[in-house]
Parts: sequence; C-alpha cells; structure tokens
Amino acid sequence: MTYLKPLFRHPKLPKNKLGYTLKEYEGTISTLCAGCGHDSISATIVQACFELSIEPHLVAKISGIGCSSKTPAYFLGNSHGFNSVHGRMPSVATGANLANKNMVYFGVSGDGDTASIGMGQFVHAIRRNLNMVYIVMNNGCYGLTKGQDSATADVGSASKSGHINPFQPVDLASLAVELGATFVAQSFSGDKQQLVPLIKAAIQHKGLAFINVMSPCVTFNNNPGSTKSYDYVREHMQATGTFDFVPERKAIQAQYEAGTDTSVALHDGTLMRLHKLAPEWNPEDRLSAVNAMQQARARNEILTGLLYINTEFGDLHDILDTSDTAFNTLDEATLSPGKKALEAINASLR
Amino acid sequence: MKPTDTRNPEYYHKVVDCQYACPAHTPVPEYIRKIAAEKYTEAYMINWESNVFPGVLGRTCDRPCEPACRRGRVEEEPVAICRLKRVAADNKGDVQSLMPQAPFPSNGKKIALIGGGPASLSVARDLAPLGYEIHLFDEQIAGGGMMRSQIPAFRLPEEVLNEEVGYILDLGIHTQFMTYVESLKDVLEKDYDAVFVGTGAPRGRDLPKLPGRKEGDAHIHIGIEWLAGVAFEHIDKIGKKVIVLGGGNTAMDCCRTSRRLGGESVKVVVRSPFKDMKASPWEKEDAMHEDIEIFDNHVPLSFEVENGKLTGMKFQRVKAVYDDAGKRKLLPTGEPDVFIEADEVLIAIGQENSFPWIERDLGLKFDEWDMPEVDKVTFQSTHPKVFFGGDAAFGPENVITAVAHGHQAAVSIHLFCQGKDIRLRPAPYTKLFSTKMGIHEWSYDSPVTIDQRYVVPQAEKSITLLDRRREVELGFDPPTGYKEAQRCLNCDVQTDFAADRCIECDACMDICPTSCITFTTNEEDEVKLRKKLLVPATNTSQDILVSENLKTGRVMVKDEDVCLHCGLCAERCPTSAWDMQQFFYSVTKAENL
Repeated sequence: MTYLKPLFRHPKLPKNKLGYTLKEYEGTISTLCAGCGHDSISATIVQACFELSIEPHLVAKISGIGCSSKTPAYFLGNSHGFNSVHGRMPSVATGANLANKNMVYFGVSGDGDTASIGMGQFVHAIRRNLNMVYIVMNNGCYGLTKGQDSATADVGSASKSGHINPFQPVDLASLAVELGATFVAQSFSGDKQQLVPLIKAAIQHKGLAFINVMSPCVTFNNNPGSTKSYDYVREHMQATGTFDFVPERKAIQAQYEAGTDTSVALHDGTLMRLHKLAPEWNPEDRLSAVNAMQQARARNEILTGLLYINTEFGDLHDILDTSDTAFNTLDEATLSPGKKALEAINASLR
Repeated sequence: MKPTDTRNPEYYHKVVDCQYACPAHTPVPEYIRKIAAEKYTEAYMINWESNVFPGVLGRTCDRPCEPACRRGRVEEEPVAICRLKRVAADNKGDVQSLMPQAPFPSNGKKIALIGGGPASLSVARDLAPLGYEIHLFDEQIAGGGMMRSQIPAFRLPEEVLNEEVGYILDLGIHTQFMTYVESLKDVLEKDYDAVFVGTGAPRGRDLPKLPGRKEGDAHIHIGIEWLAGVAFEHIDKIGKKVIVLGGGNTAMDCCRTSRRLGGESVKVVVRSPFKDMKASPWEKEDAMHEDIEIFDNHVPLSFEVENGKLTGMKFQRVKAVYDDAGKRKLLPTGEPDVFIEADEVLIAIGQENSFPWIERDLGLKFDEWDMPEVDKVTFQSTHPKVFFGGDAAFGPENVITAVAHGHQAAVSIHLFCQGKDIRLRPAPYTKLFSTKMGIHEWSYDSPVTIDQRYVVPQAEKSITLLDRRREVELGFDPPTGYKEAQRCLNCDVQTDFAADRCIECDACMDICPTSCITFTTNEEDEVKLRKKLLVPATNTSQDILVSENLKTGRVMVKDEDVCLHCGLCAERCPTSAWDMQQFFYSVTKAENL
C-alpha cells in the first residue's frame, strides 16, 4: 500500500491568484477505504479553497471522531487542524472562532458525530450562528465500527447484512432550517460540479453554513436496498437549482422543467447566481425551503443544492460584539487588564 | 469519441515511450527492473534478444529512447537508459549458455552477408539458429564494421566489441574477413538462396573544391578513414594543432582521438550554430571537457598552404537566420575572415553510401541519388534475392537502427526461403497480465522517487588522454545503477480500465498526483474533449484513453502524457475497475515464425 503520494504534479497545473497549485492545498494520502465518498469531499474542499485563493494558513479544520473526522488529515495539509472528542467539534470550533474571527473554519463531522453523540453541540452551534462551514459526511452507517445503522439511516434501508432499519431518520438539513441555520445545503459526494460551488458559497457566507453531503460508505453501505449507496443517491437526487457558472450542468438542466434565475448577494459582496429548477422554491424564504424538503421526502427524492439562505441575521461575533483582533496578537495588558478593570466591570453591574 | 481499443497492441506500446522510440523496440522498463533487482544476466539477455549488442550500445547508442522518456516530461532529465544497459552488461554472469547453442541442424539454405557490421551480424544471429548456412564477407580484419573502425576504443573497448561479435560468430558463421567483395554478380552466381547487403555508408565526404585541398593533401584526412587508420594501428600520431571540420559524432570522435595522439590544440570548426550541431549533447560535453574548443558559425573558405606545408585554414563568419518555415540560412556577418592555425585537418562532414561493386545490370534498381531501391518494410531490393539493411539501406543512421533493420530483413529472408509472401508479416508478440499481489500490492516498485539523474563517473582526464584505449566512462557501480534504475516510471505497467466495473466514485480522479484522469461527458471531437480535461491535454503526441460509456452517461478520459504509473488510481479503486497490468511487447523475429 502506498502511504506517500508521489511528489510530481502535472507540469501545467493551473495556478490561482496566490500562485499556488492544487498541491499546496492537498493533504496526505487517505487511509479510508478505497472509493469512500469522504475522499471525494476532501478533494472538493481542496478544489474550492484553491479556486477561492484562500491562504492555507488562514484555515482551521476541526473534527470529532469517525471516518469523516479523519478526513482533515487528507486535505489542506498546510492549514491548522484539531481532531477533538466525539461529537465535540462545535465546542472546539466555537472556542477557536472566538479567539480569532479572521480565519476560515471548517467543521467536519459525520452522521454519528453530529446526529447521535454530538446532537446537542450541533443544535447550539446553529442557534448561535457560529461563522463556520459545518460539513456532515453522511453515509447512514457507522463505518468505523463495521457499518451499524446510524441515526440518519432511512427507515426501510437495508444494511450490507440484509438488516432493515426500523427507525425514522434524523433529517439534518430540515433540522438545521428549523433551528434557524442561515445557510443550509445538501449535496452528494459524487457530484463535484454541485459541491464545489456550494462549498465556495459556504466559505463566503457569514454565519453557520451547514452542508449535509450524502457520502456513500463503499464498504458497508453501498449495497442494493441501501438508500445511501452510489446508485440510489444518483437515481433519487433532485436539485433545487444549479449555479450558472458551472457549465457542465447544462446538459442535465435540460431534463428539468424550465426554472427561473435569481441572485443572492453574500455578506462579502459576492453574488451567488442560481438557476432554480423548482419554480415555487425561494431560497430566502424559510417556509418555501421547508416545503420543498417535505415534498421531496414525500416523493422519495433527495433534494440537493442550496436549500435555504439568510444573509440578514448576524453571526455570533455580531451578536456578542467580539474583538476584531485575534487574541494571539493582543498583548498581555489588553488580554488581562488587571484587577482595577475587573472591579470597574463589577461596579458597573451593581 | 469512440472508446479506445486497448487490445490493439500498438496502443499500450505507444505508452511505453522509450520502447516505442527505440528502433528495435527493446522492452526497456522490463530490463531496468531486472537491473534494480540485481538480475544483470536476465537484463542482459532481454537486451541481447532485442538489440544484439547490449555492451556496445550501453556505451555508444544514440539513445532515441531518452528524449522520449516520460520522466523528461515530469521533471528535467530522462532516465539514463543507455548507461543502465551497460550496468547489465558489466555485471552479467554467464550468458553464453543462455544463447542458442551451435551446431544447429541444417535447413539446407545458404545465405551470403556482405559487410560484417551490426546489420549483417543481426541477420546472422537471427538466421543461424534456424539452420541457415551463413557466409559473412568483410574487408576488415574482424567483425563489427563501423563499430570497430569508427568508434574509438576510449568509448568502446575492443574486448567488449570482440565479446559481443564473438557470441554471434560462435553460432557457426562462416567468416571471410579481409575479403572485399568486388562484384555482386559473382556472389549471385554462387548458389546462395539470399544475399544481405550490410555494407554501411563507407565513404566520408570531402571538400574537393576548396582552395588548397590538393596542395595540403598530405596533412588533410577524411575523418572516418583516419579513425579506421587509428583503430587498425596504421596511424599513431597527429600534429600538435588540429582542426576538425564538422559537427557530428564522428567529428567528436576525431577531435577526442586527436587529443590522445599528440594533438594539443584541437579545434572543432562547424558551419552551424552550436545548438544545431548534429553531435549528441553528451558527446559535445565530453569533447569540451577534454579542452577541445568548438567554433560554431564558421564556414571553411580555404586550406592555407605555405611552401607545400599546411599552415591552417581560413573561415568566413556567418550567422544563422531562420525563415517563417523554420528553414535555416547561413548569412555572412561581414566580419573579417578568420584564420586558424593547424598542422593537420580532419574532415568529418558526413558520410555517403557507395556501391561501386554492385553491377547496374542485375535487375537491382538504383534511384536518382544512386541509392538502391529498398522496401521500407521488407528490406528487399528490386532483385528478389537481395536484401539491404543498416546504413546501406537508406543512408547513415546508427547502430540500433541497423540492428532493427537486421531483424526485419531476417524475417523477410526466412519467409522468402520458405517460399512465403514476405509482405504477410506476423504480428508482434504481446502479453498483458495483472501485477496485483494483494489488495494494495503490486509486483513492481510503484513508489516514484524524486532522485535527479545520476552522472556517470569518468576516469581522470590526465589518465585517459595518455592512452587512446583507456575507457573514459567508468559506468555506474551497482548501487548507483540501482538508484538510477529506480527513477524509471515503469511505463509498461499499464493503467487498464474496465468501464463495466466502475461505480464513478471519483477516487481515482481525486488521488491521481498528475491529474491525468477526468470523468466527463463525451465529445465527438478529440480536440474538444482534450480541452475539457482537468488539465487540458495539450501534448497531442500522447494519446488519451477514452472508456466505454459509464452508468451516468459520462466517460472516463485519461491523458497518458504525464501518468506516473504509480498505481494509486488502482489502489484507490474499490471495484478493481483500474488494474495495473504489465504489458510486454516484442517485435517478431525470424525465430518466432
């Protein structure tokens, strides 16, 4: 088995504004199973950061436990990383984010790490609108412990052993909209044309951007009868819309009813142009988003693309009016103003 | 585009750039792996089967394989293929017992070979084991042709040449050395079933019209004749100041030999710019290392003779001007003419064919340039019994080309002697087999080293210049040979793709270090498809591999250009749609018929 990727790259590899090629955004070779959907998501994150010319040292990757949470080792090898406790990625992300608001935060989690052990943390990170990209690599099973059904497994979905899941699934995207997340999207690891622009938009969004990515477990959950297999997801994907600047989607667009175009201005002034495929759906209207998701569920479809966006609501820093300067660049006197300052604060509260 | 037919042997053959570029199509990566495994004897035999003179070629080959080497497109320098061949030759064990053992049962046919150079010897090697009685005629004292007369001993020691010529002559070849064949008619009148002409390009070009040529004749020599004179020990010294005219490898051999025979100030003077010189870059480097000055852009005007003695030469200074079509013109710069002192001049400005011994009424046609009309595939002349090969066939080339000709001519002669159609040539022999040893294990060293090309060590100039027989290059020692061998990318281990197994998980596309693999919608037009790839495939000399349609209607397209053959696509493939399959390609030889 190869543990080291050859150092040679294509001599004509394109460079971004910083003069970097994809190589500067790559991580080490994945030790996940060959064909794991998570690896595709890693490659997509690499591509998105490359295209946005993000300086790698201004990115922090934070994860919990699980196959998904191993992936930060496999992308952005020149960025910061913290592999935290199971389900506790949001806490660590919150701490880091408060200490330095000038970085891009990737929270990487899985269906177990988010929908089971980390559910409480997930809910509160959304509630606080922490400025980060929260990606769930959702394969509907516990791949690291041999493929038991997870909380996002659909009712009636068959595992590799033939066992049928009797429980209702946790629908993370619906839940996120319900909780007031300001950017909610859903996608498929096997659809980079959709996922790259979604991640780019999520990075540029100010606030918590949640992306639930169907990411087939090729070893334990890619069998007939599973609703998280490559084949099933491909057959049941229904996109809310496409990004106009992705030309490859045009062929597929033709299959849909005519939609309408709309643009959403993101906080940093960039414009996200959407070609809507579902005319009744309005990405800036929560009711319409919930409606679209419920209808898709009723039709046994997996609704993908951007589901909901709210650019009005401030993030945690706006709400708390935090320091613009990263803590690590503040001097000791500012960070720890001393007893007098504390007394003054206490006095003001009396 | 239509799916690529990888079962056509030429597709994968082309991926093995070195082998494809080699005139004899030697399976290069296969023997390089053997060298890395210290199996020098096996490596030697792979070479011997294919190019007949591994020890000679490992020192002197023109190496068309190296500019083609994929490594040169990935980093700066190709693998030192040629000098690795020498490692096999230097370190081999007993090889003679692995070669065909004479005597062979006779098949009753007799063949005459005119000329004892690499082409004729290759024919002899291929036909002798099949029972042919082979008569080889050469005017020199021993076999080897130009390898003996023109390649100086400091580049090719006589023992190495003798050994490899000996392997062939030991197959029971009837040799008649010191015999200049004066008439093809006489040969044809004897009862030979076929005649092979491998007489090379024996005439060195002269400058007969240049003023002073006649007067200075005693001190002006034709390069290849002079080199032969040195090789056969008729000449053992030269004046202190020497001018060598010409910019090819013969000129390099002349100037370096001059340095060993007493030439102290040796100057190579060439008409063309330095970069356009025909000599291989390494030959030029070696010459300059031996304090030889190269004057480019100098056109000879006259030999200067005083009192019947040569004093030097006059040259006009020119510069190269290229027109839009890239055609070169040498225009005078207007600077004053240059006089260069010389005691002796060697003219090495090219060679020509010459067939004064072939009568023109035998039914063997010659063209307007007085070259025999020879078929490019069968090497048959217009006289059905007479075949040509090596420099004699189409003009001066090199040893490896002569060997390739010899193999093909032997196939033709064998078919011809059996009364078969020589145009119905058998397909090459190919093998394709998986290198899979375990889930993520291959039977070849798939990791790619980043080592830069290793330099072949040379003996000290102060020693080598004293003795024309002292070999300059020392060759790689086995440890360095191993390291250099590991630079090989194993391009013969093919990335074989089975579309029906692919689940389009993108794992191969994500892992490929050189971004060769793209999953995309197909295009009718190859140019359009090439533009759509992750990194557009702009090197059109390299093919793209297009798969059958996949489930989603897309296709997998792989640009072969800078594939490292690292096997990562296959390692990351969950369904073994990719497999690393070793491809072996061997040109059909007479023995395979």
